[in-house]
Amino acid sequence: MKSNIILAGVGGQGILSIAAALGTAALENNLHIKQAETHGMSQRGGAVVSHMRISDKPIASDLIQMGTADLILSVEPMEALRYLPFLSERGYLVTNTTPFINIPNYPEYEKVMEEIHRLPRFVAIDADGIAKEAGNARASNMVMLGAASPFIDIDFSKLEDGIREVFARKGEQIVEVNLKAIRAGRQFAQENK
Amino acid sequence: MQKHLLLGVEAVGQGAIDGGMSGVYAYPGTPSTEITEYIQDNELAIERKLHSKWSANEKTAYETALGMSYAGKRTMACMKHVGLNVAADAFINSAITGVNGGFVLTVADDPSMHSSQNEQDSRYYAKFAMIPVLEPSNQQEAYDMAREGFALSEEAGVPVMLRITTRLAHSRAGVAMKPVLDENQLSMPQDSKQFVLLPAIARRRYKSLLEKQAAFVKLSEESVYNQYIDGDEKSLGIICCGITYNYLMENYQDEACPYPVLKVSQYPLPEKQLRKLEAECDEILVLEEGYPLVEEDLKGYFANGTQIKGRLDGSLPRDGELNPDLVGKALGKEIYQGIPVPPVVANRPPALCQGCGHQDAYEAMNEVLADYGKGRVFSDIGCYTLGALPPYETINSCVDMGASITMAKGAADAGLVPAVAVIGDSTFAHSGITGLLDAVNEKSNITVVISDNESVSMTGGQDSSAQGKIESICEGLGVDPAHIRVIVPLKKNHAELVKLFREELEYDGVSVIIPRRECIQRASRRKRNQSRHANH
Repeated sequence: MKSNIILAGVGGQGILSIAAALGTAALENNLHIKQAETHGMSQRGGAVVSHMRISDKPIASDLIQMGTADLILSVEPMEALRYLPFLSERGYLVTNTTPFINIPNYPEYEKVMEEIHRLPRFVAIDADGIAKEAGNARASNMVMLGAASPFIDIDFSKLEDGIREVFARKGEQIVEVNLKAIRAGRQFAQENK
Repeated sequence: MQKHLLLGVEAVGQGAIDGGMSGVYAYPGTPSTEITEYIQDNELAIERKLHSKWSANEKTAYETALGMSYAGKRTMACMKHVGLNVAADAFINSAITGVNGGFVLTVADDPSMHSSQNEQDSRYYAKFAMIPVLEPSNQQEAYDMAREGFALSEEAGVPVMLRITTRLAHSRAGVAMKPVLDENQLSMPQDSKQFVLLPAIARRRYKSLLEKQAAFVKLSEESVYNQYIDGDEKSLGIICCGITYNYLMENYQDEACPYPVLKVSQYPLPEKQLRKLEAECDEILVLEEGYPLVEEDLKGYFANGTQIKGRLDGSLPRDGELNPDLVGKALGKEIYQGIPVPPVVANRPPALCQGCGHQDAYEAMNEVLADYGKGRVFSDIGCYTLGALPPYETINSCVDMGASITMAKGAADAGLVPAVAVIGDSTFAHSGITGLLDAVNEKSNITVVISDNESVSMTGGQDSSAQGKIESICEGLGVDPAHIRVIVPLKKNHAELVKLFREELEYDGVSVIIPRRECIQRASRRKRNQSRHANH
């Protein structure tokens, strides 16, 4: 198996928590992994991206080649569009529908969603709303991971284990909320892909 | 073997600990910061009491590390590329003093300037100082090189540079660990004059450094990190430095690379292998992250001979970070580009956090400075540099650590009065103090704003070495205490901030305004940690 995943968002939205859960799951499965992150200045509310590569064979580059991403997983709709040149012909785009507006020239929301709906394969999910229903608005990133899970070739149970490990030190209650979130996200994607 | 998922910088930290290092010395700077943070949090490092506290700047860090090496112990100094400019005096001369205990300098370069003001290539510094360089191609090599770099430094008798770039520094991969080595015992240098660079001794030491150069080349030729990988297709030979090897291999996933490849991860260049590649191949393509250092060298070696392709002849871009696509293009491969970015997508530059104290300081400054006209605010390196962007556009310069105060003084000397400097608390401690002394000595008409958020924030909230000492430092330098003004930058204090700025701008002399409020990111991290602590 091999998955090239672009994780996108805005500095401070916590895309690295998604990467951590995914990376832990991949390690549990004895898979090879490379994951390039954005640190430093952009973390102050700028566009951030992480290239995540998981494979059962050794991986050469830390960066994904253009047109070869199997999945763009974005926690913000406009950021999802920024990395389209990386998406492969058969790739999926999975994005949160809640915009993060911290710039004066943020485009009209409808136009952003129009561009997303123009894609052949996508899932657009109200991760914030679903996270609230699951019991904690801050679990929206795990809703997103759940929504992306049907397109990643890793056992869902291993992703759940990854969440248990990443959130263990925050207590059982937080683990449960995040598990509920990832399951809700997965269910939505399976029904709406 | 069990592998640990580590960032490149974390692999360097773990390698240093496992290599028997007794202390790391550093000033935070992206993308090098997490090396020291990793060591600060590491159990074995804590148990061994390895030194890991932050230094005031890269020069003090480098010199302190050199002192530890003098005393026979293994040590590492870490900094970002521009930090080596600050430490350059100590660095160049340490190649001449040589080392006692092994000394590894880890420098993290930032090609494409993800979080920096330039993309200078530290390999030139190593060449200038005439010391060996290790440049890992992956996280495992980063670990191995950090661990084994101390022994290489002891064998070579000089500091060794470990050069990484942003992409390796901030990318995770599985790393297998090796046995932990003992620390060195305390021991004096064999030659008691080794570190005394008086001209007569320095001339002798310099000759000895020159004599070692051939041995350094031999070390490179025999290094396990430099590999000659043969290929049948001799129309092209490829030299891959550091991480570029991965970008080449990414282009040959389902087939073997047909061309002979020289993978270089230790410098000076391995001459024997280079000559072989040159003799066998019609053309040579050089892949290197940063400046065209190897390419320039080869053009000298093989003048009028083999054609050298790379960043200088346009096969690759002259600037910016490389990636598998650029390397693919240089190899003549078709690159499939996905869907173009729709025009609706707007740029999203970084910005000051909502609720940050720098914002309140800039709001007030803009109101007061409107009366004086634009273009008189010199600033520095930190989060507050974002005040150059909308909506504030308050500041007019950002050059290097500490340049705000000195440039304001120079502009005031030229007649631009009042001139204003905006500097952060940590940058002031790093390189602002001496400039302020110059201004005090000449009673310059400048207003220095030390925007104090009680932390080194841009790099993630490390401790600032001037914390709790800023007023006394300014007083000690001779600033009139009546013109050292501290205020809490909050919206509700706006009128008071404006009044205070106006008063100090009108004062003909050096005044220091200290808007002080803890970085909101650091405050929320602190509160989270406290509540987590309380729950256990």
